[in-house]
Amino acid sequence: MSTDQKSTAPALKEWPLWEVFVRSKQGLEHKHCGSLHASDAQHALQMARDVYTRRQEGVSIWVVPSAAIAASDPGDKEEFFDPAADKIYRHPTFYEIPDEVGHM
Amino acid sequence: MDASTAVSTAPTNYLLHLADNALILGQRNAEWCGHGPIIEEDLSMANNSLDLIGQARLLYQYAAQQQGQGATEDSLAYFRDVPDFRNYTLVELPHTPPLAAPARADRDYATTIVRNFLYSALMVLVWERLQASPDAQLAAIAARSLKEVHYHLRHSRDWLVRFGDGTDESHARAQAALDHLLPYTAEFWTPSPAETAAQNSGVGVNVGDLQADWNALVDDALAEATLTRPVPGGYITQGKQGVHSEHLGFILAEMQSLARAHPGATW
Repeated sequence: MSTDQKSTAPALKEWPLWEVFVRSKQGLEHKHCGSLHASDAQHALQMARDVYTRRQEGVSIWVVPSAAIAASDPGDKEEFFDPAADKIYRHPTFYEIPDEVGHM
Repeated sequence: MDASTAVSTAPTNYLLHLADNALILGQRNAEWCGHGPIIEEDLSMANNSLDLIGQARLLYQYAAQQQGQGATEDSLAYFRDVPDFRNYTLVELPHTPPLAAPARADRDYATTIVRNFLYSALMVLVWERLQASPDAQLAAIAARSLKEVHYHLRHSRDWLVRFGDGTDESHARAQAALDHLLPYTAEFWTPSPAETAAQNSGVGVNVGDLQADWNALVDDALAEATLTRPVPGGYITQGKQGVHSEHLGFILAEMQSLARAHPGATW
């Protein structure tokens, strides 16, 4: 495949990709919100701050090298996920939850 | 100082000096919007501009309130002319090396970064001191602005080091930008009548007191960036006294034309 060299800025070819996770509030989990190219972790954090938290979206940021993430193969979808489709007994819906427990 | 005789409001010209610096640099940095070297820096520069313009608004609102006679933040930003502006000459210069035409294609990000670094290093020190100003409104503006310029300093210092200690090309550009811009910082240390009045009333900062700390911030970053500080000397610019370079008129023409074509317009 021929690629248009001019359309890709050199930085984007040289800088590794980072996944960005932002915690919106204390006590909540960090959620994946996007990715960006940066030369190192500090650089990625600062860029993530400017790109993903400029509208008060966050109180904490994690950046993770995309290369460090092992992902499931879309080709494995049938054996990985389809068998769970008809196992309704795995949902905890067959119990009476006492009122005292409250929201679960 | 005896509190009972203290003047507790900043002189209007001092507020305008602080406001004009923020507005003009904010307008300059906004020129990168849509043209940044990468999208993250494009957004970063837009964030920086909006921080600075936000600071300018608070200061203009306060100055307008002091001035009375129907002055508003808009009349101060859009209906004053070049000799009325009190910003440092440094902040009105284009994003280009000294001998390049101020055209968009010639914009140089190293120039942008070096200027932001030199200015943010000063303003971190200025806002730190002004937080303790007996003028409560100015102190509140300082506290808010300080957080913003702390990040501006971090961002520009980070890039300064990356450029200086980067490739031959980035090092050469950062050094050229430093050689071009550093002489303009001599203006920081030459008090204007407005600064002297603010200092004497106890409300403002004695800029001379900040020079050693500023030098330490700058020298530390330059050492890390492997850049050489140019020898001081030469002409001292006087933008903060209303004597500007040829560049300010062009910024004002662009920034003010809409407000002047449709005075009082709202949307």
